[in-house]
Amino acid sequence: MIPAPFKAVFNGYMTMAIEHGEIEKIAELSGIRISDEEIGQVTERIAEILQMVDQLQAVDTHNIEPMANPLDAIQRLRPDEVTEANRRDAFQAIAPAAENGLYLVPKVIE
Amino acid sequence: MHTKSVAQLVKGLRERQFSSVDVTRAYLDRIDALDSQYNSFITVDDAAALTAAKAADERLANGTANALTGIPIAHKDIFCTDGMRTSCGSRMLDNFVPPYDATVIQRFKSAGAVLLGKTNMDEFAMGSSNESSFYGPARNPWSTDLVPGGSSGGSAAAVAGLLAPAATGTDTGGSIRQPAAFCGITGLKPTYGRVSRLGIVAFASSLDQAGPMARTAEDCALLLNTMAAHDPLDSTSSAVAAEDYTATLDDDLQGLRIGVPTEYFGEGLDTATGKCIDQALKELESQGAALVEMSLPHSALAIPTYYIIAPAEASTNLARFDGVRYGYRCENPTDLRDLYSRTRQEGFGEEVKRRILVGTYALSAGYYDAYYNKAQQIRRLIKQDFMHCFEQVDVIAGPTTPGPAFALGAKSNDPISMYLEDVYTLAVNLAGLPGMSLPAGFVEGKPVGLQLIGQHFGEARLLNVAHRFQRATDWHLHTPNSAKGGAL
Repeated sequence: MIPAPFKAVFNGYMTMAIEHGEIEKIAELSGIRISDEEIGQVTERIAEILQMVDQLQAVDTHNIEPMANPLDAIQRLRPDEVTEANRRDAFQAIAPAAENGLYLVPKVIE
Repeated sequence: MHTKSVAQLVKGLRERQFSSVDVTRAYLDRIDALDSQYNSFITVDDAAALTAAKAADERLANGTANALTGIPIAHKDIFCTDGMRTSCGSRMLDNFVPPYDATVIQRFKSAGAVLLGKTNMDEFAMGSSNESSFYGPARNPWSTDLVPGGSSGGSAAAVAGLLAPAATGTDTGGSIRQPAAFCGITGLKPTYGRVSRLGIVAFASSLDQAGPMARTAEDCALLLNTMAAHDPLDSTSSAVAAEDYTATLDDDLQGLRIGVPTEYFGEGLDTATGKCIDQALKELESQGAALVEMSLPHSALAIPTYYIIAPAEASTNLARFDGVRYGYRCENPTDLRDLYSRTRQEGFGEEVKRRILVGTYALSAGYYDAYYNKAQQIRRLIKQDFMHCFEQVDVIAGPTTPGPAFALGAKSNDPISMYLEDVYTLAVNLAGLPGMSLPAGFVEGKPVGLQLIGQHFGEARLLNVAHRFQRATDWHLHTPNSAKGGAL
């Protein structure tokens, strides 16, 4: 059920075609592995979503300032003072692998 | 016990009709007996809850009690709880036990409220049906074949099923209001920045906001009194002073101007749902409010705008889940790249990955201006629509959802039809406004939600209108049959 005022969203907009290769590149940027079996369906679904959002291109936004914060608030700053206690041990206690205060990951440099 | 409102429980505790241990045990027993039909909780720690209840009883006895001391409250499993797993409905955080409390949790604890348990939710709050949870879907107490809505579906189901007197939720595009509507309860999404986001697993940081879910507007006001406050640890927390949200609940509605946006009543709104909303508006009119027809011309753009901004922010927020510092890590990674990409492949569900990919695309080189920047410009147009209307009206009213709760599985393979569930709620988050949903009738036994939208920091007014509506109607007092079973 698509409410009438919103139907236009799904009709008649140009699809910005997206190819498997492009999805692979985005997956690489996202740090998410996608298997060969999944790539077809993932591409299809993302193409549908991009088609849906593409209707924004038709809107005239000349001279409209982008809005990053709904209250147009600006980043608040605080005095540069140490306020946190060192809780390294508590934080590392929940790490998948940590030793001697260090997080362990596979070897990066040969 | 379990049919009492928070306000009634507060009174009973004060008058020593029962203790917090009595109340807490009653709810724990109900969860034990009935939650197998709803799957509304992910984690319940009976011993910890009873310990907190005992401490609350001591405070009640020695005169140091607060308004919510001794009241058991369920929390969406998105709020970090010190020492208690916070999964966010994801395999990625299935083993995550936070070393600190979210500000909201800390405020409830200081007030002496009892943490009853952590509720089910769509994975990382991405969904409108609770079906994307790693722990399986929560179910709607009005019919367990129906979804409870999402993403705060477990909180809504727990309150509707009388397994908790009240709960917390979060709302990025409708995640408090839509499940509240589907489950026949009352839920409030406050103004952006009204409630601290510290310790809430971040989804879309310019949209996320936490709020109360309960059976009545009065109970929501009681919870909001504890939740709303400036938090120096959240840089987007508002410095606007919080109010006593119970103070004006009973104010009459004489002269109130209610805007009715034509875009929210078009073809596509389920006819029977529309009739319930019309009836609800007539009730408000009969109490002295004036209905003003108006237009929010950019309404149709809320969905595409949201589905750029929210995934873009999600893709950056969820970059932190990398298998290194906490949470899930894949087995036997061959190198660092494999560790990241396989951890995220295995740890995230389908919808979460989809949104990360869309967001990464929208932010990537060459597309940023066409997508993210464009969406932020249209976001301003959407907000301006509301600001123009609020020059003429005090609140805006309409349906919360296009129709009542749908069947489990009905939309789970069609992301875009799922996204449409939030067609009337998304714009409110984009504009940073407070919005609420309250019970306004039934369609074939399924609850219908009336949505009220207020001006920035106009929570007290919304709660006042909702409370007056609930004084004259009894939709919020109906109880699903499934909740009548069990002991007590």
